[in-house]
Amino acid sequence: MNIHEYQAKEIFRKYGIPIPPGEVATTPEEAEAIARKFGTTVVIKAQVHAGGRGKAGGVKLAKSPADAKSIAEQILKLTIKGLPVQKVLVTPAADIASEAYVGIIVDRASKRPVFMASPAGGIDIEEVAAKTPDKILRRPVDPRYGLQLYQAMELAFFLYSDMKQVRAAAKILQQLYKAFFENGGSLAEINPLVTTPTGDVVALDAKMVIDDNELERRPDIAALRDESAEDPSEVEARKASLTFIKLDGNVGCIVNGAGLAMATMDLVKYYGGEPANFLDIGGSSNPEKVVAALRIITSDPNVKAILFNIFGGITRTDDVANGIVTAIKQNPLRVPLVIRLTGTNEEIAVKILKENGLSAMTDMDEAVKKAVALATGKAA
Amino acid sequence: MSIFIDKSTRLIVQGITGRDGSFHTKQMIEYGTQVVGGVTPGKGGQKFEDKVPIFNTVAEAVKATRATATVIYVPPMFAADAMMEAADAGVRFIVCITEGVPVLDMTRVNPFITEKGARLLGPNCPGLISPGQSKVGIIPGRICTPGPVGLVSRSGTLTYEVVYQMTRSKIGQTTCVGIGGDPINGTNFIDCLDAFEKDPTTEAVVMIGEIGGTDEQEAARFVREKMKKPVVGFIAGQTAPPGRRMGHAGAIISGSAGTAAEKMQAFEENGVGVAKRPIDVVDLLKRAMR
Repeated sequence: MNIHEYQAKEIFRKYGIPIPPGEVATTPEEAEAIARKFGTTVVIKAQVHAGGRGKAGGVKLAKSPADAKSIAEQILKLTIKGLPVQKVLVTPAADIASEAYVGIIVDRASKRPVFMASPAGGIDIEEVAAKTPDKILRRPVDPRYGLQLYQAMELAFFLYSDMKQVRAAAKILQQLYKAFFENGGSLAEINPLVTTPTGDVVALDAKMVIDDNELERRPDIAALRDESAEDPSEVEARKASLTFIKLDGNVGCIVNGAGLAMATMDLVKYYGGEPANFLDIGGSSNPEKVVAALRIITSDPNVKAILFNIFGGITRTDDVANGIVTAIKQNPLRVPLVIRLTGTNEEIAVKILKENGLSAMTDMDEAVKKAVALATGKAA
Repeated sequence: MSIFIDKSTRLIVQGITGRDGSFHTKQMIEYGTQVVGGVTPGKGGQKFEDKVPIFNTVAEAVKATRATATVIYVPPMFAADAMMEAADAGVRFIVCITEGVPVLDMTRVNPFITEKGARLLGPNCPGLISPGQSKVGIIPGRICTPGPVGLVSRSGTLTYEVVYQMTRSKIGQTTCVGIGGDPINGTNFIDCLDAFEKDPTTEAVVMIGEIGGTDEQEAARFVREKMKKPVVGFIAGQTAPPGRRMGHAGAIISGSAGTAAEKMQAFEENGVGVAKRPIDVVDLLKRAMR
């Protein structure tokens, strides 16, 4: 789960990480009032679940409250990577002497959290990683013990030479690790971590991603979810325990299992079509899930054909068949439907479909070809 | 022969009385797996289906049944504890089916299991099956048939699809292993490739990967450097869109976005046959085994 910068900053503040004050505005007038309160040049930052905000024009300086109002108005009209900006963070502009990067992520390869630090922070950190990898120090952390002081010091010495700054940074790193670990993070990042002309070390940005699997045992973190910042169809899918990602094509796909769902999309493309979505109905399916899946898919006006690809294991194909029949009775389809199902209770499923005037195929490639032909209007 | 499990495998089921656990225990027994016991805290002394003894703890179950393997069907918040309990009780092969285990839990479980000398498969995996001998987990038995091909996959239903197409084309399997799709899991591709290379009855191997991470690329290098048997592979997610990534750390850490194209290229460069569609696995195998 993504959380906003201002939410991540609130968490980091609780752990004692030095972060300049800031307040959230949803209207230009609010932004103006906050800027007036701070009485100094402010930065207006779009709060949206996408990277590259600065490059998209979502982060700007405002020298006066009036300035803040007009800039907030511009930013609140932006759409960044498909997501409309609905909130901005207003924070006093800081004088910056140097910019560093610190971040922590769970690393698949070493099977541990890994800390990363680079003295070359700022917006082009990925380029730094690609072109000058020696400017990034990586240190794995044993989660049973946490980030030890000597490890934090080693990372901090990589960033700074001034002893006061090294100690300050080491403390920030240890607290960042705690914030990451105790809140079920899969990523925590400060970019940039800056030094000011007076020598203080301050976090100017904050990013945190929470492992979705942690939310069940962390209701306070789960409550940070901002549904208005997510794609509405993805929100509906999550509520129905489906995994859904909208794409630009016209073949709607409903599949059980992520791997098979991706392979189905690949086949759609292979046979000359374009998938409209990724949709995984998951393992233990029930008919209601299928009804929800069809509702989400049919609400996309681009969809010209719908393809079910179900390989029953835990998933009972008769449940899926019942779901399809129920959904169509509630809401007759306006586009053609291709059903491929095989596996658990296949005979019952085929009977249910037949009784309701539907038919099923058993071969995946044939089903995909048919769906693509129907979507492109090339079907005989 | 086979890898990891065979006719002699003595299995216990953690969470045997739960909804998924009980359903799949029946299926495993029906398939011929030796299910020697189950564990559900508070139900010790009872019997599952009037046959399989239930214990309160894994330690008791192991002592009474001489179990060599366990399969875990407990809810995600209890899965880490179940895996550690099994390893501590001396179970050598631990299969965790549970989906939704927090990743940070796995960062603690993994070193613990390694220190105990046990092997973990999963979590969030379909388990494994040695056709005609034993199955541990949820892979449907009837889509498999005994034969000379080993299969290892990160996926669940996509594995079924490929196995089904192999079986339809009369290509049987020694063992089909689903390693699971979680970022941190126990047994990986290389562990399975190594075991298949050493298994005298396996003649060729199928490897099914997905986008994300670099495991498939490393596995491909292992094939070139350490294996004599032919390996063919498929990668799901060739059309997956680049995600709305938040942080930078993922790309920095691996130096790779883990795209399907990257992985297929690694297959090609290291002599792993690349299937463009799942069905192409069949033809590649036929050619490789000629």
